[in-house]
Amino acid sequence: MKSNLNVFFKGVIDVSPLMIPVVPFGLIFGVLAIDIGFTPFETMGMSLIIFGGASQIVLLQLFSGGASSLVIVSSVGAVNSRHLLYGAVVSEHVSDLKLIWKIVISYFLIDQAFARSNEYLKRNKEKNNYFHLIGGGATCWIVWQTTTFLGIILGAAIPDKLGLSFAVPLTFLALLVNDFRKLINVIVIIISGLVATFGFNYIPYKAYVIVAALVGLFVAMILTKMIKKYE
Amino acid sequence: MNDWALILYCGLITFFTRFSMIALLKKEMFNDRIREVLSYVPSAIFPAIIFPAIFLDNSGFLQFENNPKILASIIAIIIGTLSKNIIATIVAGLAVYWFLIFI
Repeated sequence: MKSNLNVFFKGVIDVSPLMIPVVPFGLIFGVLAIDIGFTPFETMGMSLIIFGGASQIVLLQLFSGGASSLVIVSSVGAVNSRHLLYGAVVSEHVSDLKLIWKIVISYFLIDQAFARSNEYLKRNKEKNNYFHLIGGGATCWIVWQTTTFLGIILGAAIPDKLGLSFAVPLTFLALLVNDFRKLINVIVIIISGLVATFGFNYIPYKAYVIVAALVGLFVAMILTKMIKKYE
Repeated sequence: MNDWALILYCGLITFFTRFSMIALLKKEMFNDRIREVLSYVPSAIFPAIIFPAIFLDNSGFLQFENNPKILASIIAIIIGTLSKNIIATIVAGLAVYWFLIFI
């Protein structure tokens, strides 16, 4: 059996290549948060307490649009609901762990770390394989905190004219690159986008993110069902 | 709610979605059908952030003319579809955007 430290570093090495896109994402977050008017402490606090790129960007976006706290928190919840998908897969590998490890892994586990560790966990059944999750998670954590910090420092130096806020939709667009070739995904993307755009001024309480997501999921449900029928 | 309370609540909800997936959810709780629909969550939710940021101006009005974000996004989508690379998509979009506003 490999030592705990070995498995930990295997996690670090496996996750590292996936950190390349996280670097600009973290920088953009730091820059934007300062731009919107959060203090450097609050900005760092968001990365330390929330530790989730999509959650933090949604928080910024809705906060700057003047949404209420309740809408912001529930929108963050909606964005995170994609994590439930992973539940079935990862829980079986960690079901025997102590609660404290489950808490640590829950805090650390972002999409990138999850994807790599899941491959490792499938192939390795040793008792200490959860150190892979911790190694991958710790790597993500260090990269995210460092880039947030750099973003905070750069934020003061970057002029508004650069239009860095455009990097937000671009980053989310980039997260969907694997879905552009699938017809149902494209339909869902367009419908959700249109609902959000046209509902932006009319859906009360800035709840357009949640409403658009629900409509999009409903459409996905109908389309996937229809396709089964005609197959 | 002050800023710190808001950050804390957002942190809690983020943590607990992950915690529930690790500590509470069991494989049997999701059938294939639910899993299939859940796989569309990113496609359903990210456009709600993407589209308004591209098509609406600062006051929330539709802006089609003089909007460099539209062309930049189209190029980013094309590059993204061809390369399936996150970095290339972001870089292409920003490069086109900067080209259009500065030149």
